[in-house]
Amino acid sequence: MKKFERSEGLVAPLDRANVDTDLIIPKQFLKSIKRTGFGVNLFDELRYLDEGQPGQDVSRRPLNPDFVLNQPRYQGASVLLARRNFGCGSSREHAPWALEDFGFRVVIAPSFADIFYNNAFKNGLLLVTLPEETVERLFQEVAANEGYRLDVDLENQRVITPAGEILEFEVDAFRKHCLLEGLDDIGITLQDEDAIRAFEAKHRATRPWLFRDSAQA
Amino acid sequence: MAGQTLYDKLWSQHLVKERDDGTALIYIDRQLLHEVTSPQAFEGLRLAGRKPWRLDANLATPDHNVPTTVKERAEGNAGIKDPVSLIQVQTLDDNCVEFGIEEFKINDPRQGIVHVVGPEQGATLPGMTVVCGDSHTATHGAFAALAHGIGTSEVEHVLATQCLLAQKMKNLQVRVEGTLGTGVTAKDVVLAIIGRIGTAGGTGYAIEFAGSAIQGLSMEGRMTVCNMAIEAGARVGLIAVDDTTIEYLAERPYAPTGEQWQAAVADWRGLVSDADAAFDKVVTLDAAEIEPQVSWGTSPEMVTGISGEVPDPAAQADETVRNGYTRALQYMGLAPKQKITDIRLDKVFIGSCTNSRIEDLREAAKVARGKKVADSIKLAMVVPGSGLVKRQAEAEGLDKVFIEAGFEWREPGCSMCLAMNADKLGAGEHCASTSNRNFEGRQGYGGRTHLVSPAMAAAAAIAGHFVDVRQLAANDDAQAQEA
Ligand code: SF4
Repeated sequence: MKKFERSEGLVAPLDRANVDTDLIIPKQFLKSIKRTGFGVNLFDELRYLDEGQPGQDVSRRPLNPDFVLNQPRYQGASVLLARRNFGCGSSREHAPWALEDFGFRVVIAPSFADIFYNNAFKNGLLLVTLPEETVERLFQEVAANEGYRLDVDLENQRVITPAGEILEFEVDAFRKHCLLEGLDDIGITLQDEDAIRAFEAKHRATRPWLFRDSAQA
Repeated sequence: MAGQTLYDKLWSQHLVKERDDGTALIYIDRQLLHEVTSPQAFEGLRLAGRKPWRLDANLATPDHNVPTTVKERAEGNAGIKDPVSLIQVQTLDDNCVEFGIEEFKINDPRQGIVHVVGPEQGATLPGMTVVCGDSHTATHGAFAALAHGIGTSEVEHVLATQCLLAQKMKNLQVRVEGTLGTGVTAKDVVLAIIGRIGTAGGTGYAIEFAGSAIQGLSMEGRMTVCNMAIEAGARVGLIAVDDTTIEYLAERPYAPTGEQWQAAVADWRGLVSDADAAFDKVVTLDAAEIEPQVSWGTSPEMVTGISGEVPDPAAQADETVRNGYTRALQYMGLAPKQKITDIRLDKVFIGSCTNSRIEDLREAAKVARGKKVADSIKLAMVVPGSGLVKRQAEAEGLDKVFIEAGFEWREPGCSMCLAMNADKLGAGEHCASTSNRNFEGRQGYGGRTHLVSPAMAAAAAIAGHFVDVRQLAANDDAQAQEA
């Protein structure tokens, strides 16, 4: 996993609540057996005027000029500003893969859906939860100032606005540690291999029916 | 000290290790795998030179991409016309062979939607932790199993370590008390719950569904309710063990037998929340007030009773809500205050992991028996949840009821629930669907989904627009008396 320390970048606003994973990456693109290449189809139904198909040359597709990510002023954005319950819907990890592949490193919103939250952190995408009023104010500032950028400092858990205002955020210690160090969860868990084996032996002894190889012996 | 909730009990029975930072390692008893969210996980294992921790904990079946027409299915994998879908299904087959995981392949009679297959085989048992790379894994909570939907990295993590990194959730109890009216089903109950608490109402919580109306449901109905916990924002939905649970499991292929069955049953009886357990939040609904539900918008919380109407966005005080409603009505092609019964339909889909079990098909068949699908309906299809559900339905003659009424009778799979295969809606088409999500484009680009129960879907197919299935039943009774 990529390390995440600090990220300073252009902010793009996506002004709708309950953005679901189908909207982030429509299902026809889930057929890929790879982890990369989803960026061109991020928000496909909002971004293009036609229906997208996997493997298509997107440069020939008609863009929706009204969609925020298509506007010149937001090209190269790496921070996505969103509304509440971002990432609801399915458990598809293709959603964070697509956001990252597109170039986003951070999503800021008042709240996120649970599974999406997990998936994002496992893929080096930082989700910053800020109060609804703060997010509302950021939306206004982004709209009013072309080229609006935010500096997101994970180490110190704060977002710094162009005016120098500091917005602190919470993030759980383990997730933060993994992101800062770029650690692979599996490697960390396997350090506890003995504890897992010991638990498994006890579990099998108490509830053998949970193990098919001992259930019908 | 206050007692434990069912969730607390399941959590502590699987806790391997707690970290100082509040995360924990929990042991996973069962992992269900399907073709969409597993290829990258197997690839990760391969790249790292890792092996699955415990083979017998895993069970795989393709479901999302499989074609559902009889003709294509007869050809096995070769019947999958889309080359990209084909690669995904083949990759699952190959990975299961390479790693030694049991798989019900495309034409195995036991193949089906993972969430139908697991319980049907007894591969989901009370007291288990169950995971699957699919958010509707919550379904299995109907058996008092702690069931989580997970992402692909987590699929790989569970394959490699038999554990999941998790954080303890809060406890929410949703009580539905009283008796459900005739024609009101589990689907209506869960839609009414989501309408009440909203799609983020359960975020951060494990929901336990309780109360007399929940206890009165069959296992099929309980699965329908837990299935949609995720649509209320909760990764986990649970229902306590009782006689209904135990009767359902007896003699299922993967369930324990003999003395182990006895020991298991004794253990399972304890899988209920203690009387003095403390919940962080409790929500109560009156069963008698729940009508058959129909969703009108693009989020499952945008739902109302059949006697209701489409809301007027202008009447919404909250700006984000107002904008959301306006956008939803525009997408759905509906007018404010339009009556639900005036919504005309183009297609009808009976299926998905929410409503494709035998009982669902029985309910739909009861409505369709002896009637005809309206001429204005372009396609009405019934897609059983598994090969075994299909056989059972055929043994009961339900297939004939559907076919005679003008429904297509299909082979099992996810089908038009998410339209990853060829079954989809055209732009602007309205569909009465027994699935779980009405997001924009979910059932096809520009498609308009209305979530309903199987009985309501069948009734809508016959009328060509939404009708109150209770009215229909009353008319039938009256006719029967006259005759
Ligand atoms: S039936 Fe629908 S919701 Fe269920 S697993 Fe398949 S695609 Fe997902």
